Amino acid sequence: MKTRNKLAGMLSALVLAAVGALMLSRNVSAAGEGKITGTVKLAGTAPHQRAIDMSKEPYCQKLHADHPVTLENVVVGSNGGLQNVVVYVSEGLPASAGGQVPSEKPKWDQKGCQYIPHVVALDINQHFLVTNSDPTSHNIHPIPTKNPQWNKSQPPGAQPFDVSWANEEVSIPVKCNIHPWMHGWMAVVKGPTAVSDGNGSFTLDNVPPGNYTLTAWQETYGAQTQKVTVAAGKPATADFTFKAK
Amino acid sequence: MAKVFAVTVILIAIGSAIPILMHKWVPPVDISTHGPLIDEQLSETMVEAGISFLAAQFILGLFVWKYSNTPKSAKIRNFPGGATGLVTAAVLLVGLEAMALGIFGAKAWASVYFTPPKPDALKIQAQAGQFAFYFRYPGPDGRFGPIHPDLINEGTQNFFGLDPDHDPDSKDDIVTAELAVPVNREVHLLMHAKDVGHSFFVRELRIQQDFVPGLDVSVHFTANKTGRFEIVCTQLCGLGHYNMKAYLSVLSQPDYDTWLKQQATMQ
Repeated sequence: MKTRNKLAGMLSALVLAAVGALMLSRNVSAAGEGKITGTVKLAGTAPHQRAIDMSKEPYCQKLHADHPVTLENVVVGSNGGLQNVVVYVSEGLPASAGGQVPSEKPKWDQKGCQYIPHVVALDINQHFLVTNSDPTSHNIHPIPTKNPQWNKSQPPGAQPFDVSWANEEVSIPVKCNIHPWMHGWMAVVKGPTAVSDGNGSFTLDNVPPGNYTLTAWQETYGAQTQKVTVAAGKPATADFTFKAK
Repeated sequence: MAKVFAVTVILIAIGSAIPILMHKWVPPVDISTHGPLIDEQLSETMVEAGISFLAAQFILGLFVWKYSNTPKSAKIRNFPGGATGLVTAAVLLVGLEAMALGIFGAKAWASVYFTPPKPDALKIQAQAGQFAFYFRYPGPDGRFGPIHPDLINEGTQNFFGLDPDHDPDSKDDIVTAELAVPVNREVHLLMHAKDVGHSFFVRELRIQQDFVPGLDVSVHFTANKTGRFEIVCTQLCGLGHYNMKAYLSVLSQPDYDTWLKQQATMQ
């Protein structure tokens, strides 16, 4: 009887210690969250980006009369930086990390018969707002394979749609059924993610220290991965270079 | 009460004939060489149908007026059995009228559908898809490259599914969202649908032709006035049907050449 009680006491102590250690370690990682910065570049000559003829929608055609809009399949900045690349942590995130869905709601605007931004990166279940800034109707139609597909018209002045995606998917093509040239992408990933800006730079915030596999996805060139180690309190760097075909 | 009805019927008939007789509703300007025949046919139909309509309404009114006080016990002649002469005459009259319209109208129809385009007509391809029209010009080589449906990609603006890297004929093809044609030149429009049924309708051209999925349909026309006109889809094709349109620009030959050159640089 006595030995049994002792055993039970020891076991409970062990469990308590384990739980305590787990909680402590989580606190430590939360306190020392690091970040990953880097640049995405394109080696070689970017492919020709076709001009878009918007004559079907006179309002949008007039809007871009001085500066015709082109395709955005490969957008390269003056420094060779590649824009619209989705960078995310594809492996190595502890189960406890990235559980918190960002409360910030990115905007997916339909403006001048274009999607702004052209590429958006979202966390799983993160809400985003689809808005229409044009005086004409748009029909937003994302075509996912791992999430339910939908297809909705949004007349001018309509309330924004507040939507989210429940499953990870890189990436969901989006089109407008009324304006066939409108095209964009939504990347749904778990945990920290970013889209490279006009100079090709990106910053992933709130990455706990650890060893990770980082993936960079570009709509024309596909995905690239690399290993990166994040130390507490010190930003890690990861640069990507895509080769023009 | 029956007399009030009789008078109302006749007044409505006269009232609806007035704006037509006063030419208040005129068709839109005609910009095609085959259009006058069609307009003539339409106005003949209007006159014939109008006379029949007025006659029918007047006779209806007169009969209601005249026989409104007939007692219920009066004998009514039914067809078949009685009134055979009257019914035969009516059927012959309407039949002859419809046949006459058909025979005279065949001329207008044949001028578009039974006359092949001239061999030197300008060939332009038109593709209808939910919910926009796209057009393809063969470029300097005069040949259209083959279409590969699996390569159709709206995200890269490859609306026709062309493969210029492997098909030399596709290299100089020019794809546009607007249909521009030179004035006074015959155009042979080669039409196909990408998905469902659509229609190509330009009021001013007096052309309305369906796109049928799986069929290569074609029409030919010569536009004889310059200007910009709306091309609309007139076959219900889905959610965005109401917004499916493009523009037809009829340009002078030099303007057309400039336009085509500019479009070529946009490819």
